Amino acid sequence: MTAPLLRIEDLRIALRTESATYNAVENVSFEIGRGEAFGLVGESGCGKSITALSVMGLLRRPLALAGGKIVLDGEEIQDASPAEWRRLRGKRVAMIFQEPMTALNPLSPVGRQIAEMFVLHQGAGWSEAMDRAEDALRQVQVPSPERRIKDFPHQLSGGMRQRVMIAIALACGPELLIADEPTTALDVTVQAEIIDLMRELCAAKGTAILMISHDLGLVANMCRRVAVMYAGRIVEQQDADAIFASPRHPYTRGLINSLPRLGARARQGRQRLQEISGVVPSIAGYPAGCRFNPRCVAVTDICREVSPEATPLPADGLVRCHHHG
Amino acid sequence: MAEPLLALDSLAVHFTVGSLLAGGVKVLKAVDGVTLDVKPGECLGLVGESGCGKSTLALAIMGLLPPTRGRLALEGRDIKTVDRMATARTVQMVFQDPYASLNPRQTVRRTLADPLRIHGVTDKAEIEARVADMMAKVGLRPEQADRYPHEFSGGQRQRIGIARALILRPKLVICDEPVSALDVSIRAQIINLLLDLKDELGLAYIMISHDLGVVEHVSDRVAVMYLGRIVEQGSWQEIFEDPRHPYTRALIAAIPDPFHRAVVVETAKAKGEIASALNPPPGCHFHPRCPLKQDVCVREVPALDPVSPGHLAACHFRDLAGTPATALRPPR
Repeated sequence: MTAPLLRIEDLRIALRTESATYNAVENVSFEIGRGEAFGLVGESGCGKSITALSVMGLLRRPLALAGGKIVLDGEEIQDASPAEWRRLRGKRVAMIFQEPMTALNPLSPVGRQIAEMFVLHQGAGWSEAMDRAEDALRQVQVPSPERRIKDFPHQLSGGMRQRVMIAIALACGPELLIADEPTTALDVTVQAEIIDLMRELCAAKGTAILMISHDLGLVANMCRRVAVMYAGRIVEQQDADAIFASPRHPYTRGLINSLPRLGARARQGRQRLQEISGVVPSIAGYPAGCRFNPRCVAVTDICREVSPEATPLPADGLVRCHHHG
Repeated sequence: MAEPLLALDSLAVHFTVGSLLAGGVKVLKAVDGVTLDVKPGECLGLVGESGCGKSTLALAIMGLLPPTRGRLALEGRDIKTVDRMATARTVQMVFQDPYASLNPRQTVRRTLADPLRIHGVTDKAEIEARVADMMAKVGLRPEQADRYPHEFSGGQRQRIGIARALILRPKLVICDEPVSALDVSIRAQIINLLLDLKDELGLAYIMISHDLGVVEHVSDRVAVMYLGRIVEQGSWQEIFEDPRHPYTRALIAAIPDPFHRAVVVETAKAKGEIASALNPPPGCHFHPRCPLKQDVCVREVPALDPVSPGHLAACHFRDLAGTPATALRPPR
């Protein structure tokens, strides 16, 4: 196998408060190949977003990288200086966020915000950059881009703003696009269009995607491999097809079974949804041993005491459970 | 046939926006001629994208917005002739965000007891008993009654919101996206709870949601709204197994369903985004996004006519055979 584009090795992210230091993320390792779409799924607070921020060098107090390696194309970048990060961000690794309105500058026309990428990273002149910004808007299928480049973000709809974000992110042809809940703020029919667009553009340019979402369905349809995070750790990682056909971790299984399946009621009548009991633990109250143990249906004594190691599964997969059967 | 609990007849809620000085007055038709009924004990799913008018419709049913025209009857009586307090005893609402919809300075006991006191229950022992009983019904422990909302998790807060809606023993509960603000692993608990309470208390629901998986699971009948109008309504089987409006098909096809592939039948996709309700397209509001658009769609507003008894669709091509939801996407 050729070297992966991104390799995260034993990542640890610390949350420092006045009274204590917690590990918001620990033992997180995964690889993303060139042009591959990789999904990171989990509920709010599980650490998926800060894992993504660490790859962008955007962790700020009270969060800090506390250990592990981030290797981009064979080069360790976890200790890069702010100046080095600025050269990486946008040029080689780019990110789009959940709420495009807060990620765009409200006081600057969108064309200028795209053109800035060419000026800053590729040394283009402003007039050339504006022409290229218009092309970039055309590529993300914004209608009449020659007029839209002069629009301010508030003049665009939510879907159009997210298209502008994608144009900015892909402007300099990054090797990796990180998408953090890119469609959560959008309506479902618009979400479908944005996902199609991201998939087409990244396939055409060979851009790898790290897709972060709470929506298993979205990630399963977009990504080849999926990792599931719970309370700061990856609990399972498999091919997207395999994870739905045979989930190995009780948490993954519980999540999948708790979703109402479209068409299921027509086939077999209304079945009671399977619940996962309890609540997501807060970072100050992570239980000892396996962090899912208070909610797990298969819990035994060892789960309450010993944190399970990762067991390898076929095709670079893993499961972190004492009873992965 | 049982008398409907709620009957809407050509209900419209319009707002005027702008001013004469600043560019002229426009009329925003948030709800534009909705005819619908809900029978006792029935769950009506109300589906549509943001800006389609579903929340305005909910507020009108709650008696919080006066209808511009049309009739809104609760248990056969025009809502204009019924006083607000009586409306509140019949219709209640569960809100989307359990963090924003509870008063942070009131204990659970106060949140649940206030509606009783306001509605004339004065006996302390009775209030105490009904609060404890309602907390038990929604799965909270009575000893948690003196806690404040911040001491609860999101799922528990939504249980408090449900208890508050049910404490007056209403007949109709409007659930406005009741699980979309909750963690994924908590959603099944709340959906199961809502269904259990419906059976136990004989409640009728209007379930507003954009999550079609949830709507299919809980609804007896489903209405699909687009830019202030109902474009399709029918039983849950009719909507999901034989959708006749292209917008219904587009919504179903757009759900990222983990059990079906992303390959969506091309003719099921909607293009672009919902138009502004201030300036809706002429004819069929959906035509700029519709894969089946013909000239007639631009000229004429399609009527909400029956495909079969009880199954209505506002599309000039409603008689083209529908496609079952599961056939819009091949299985994994």
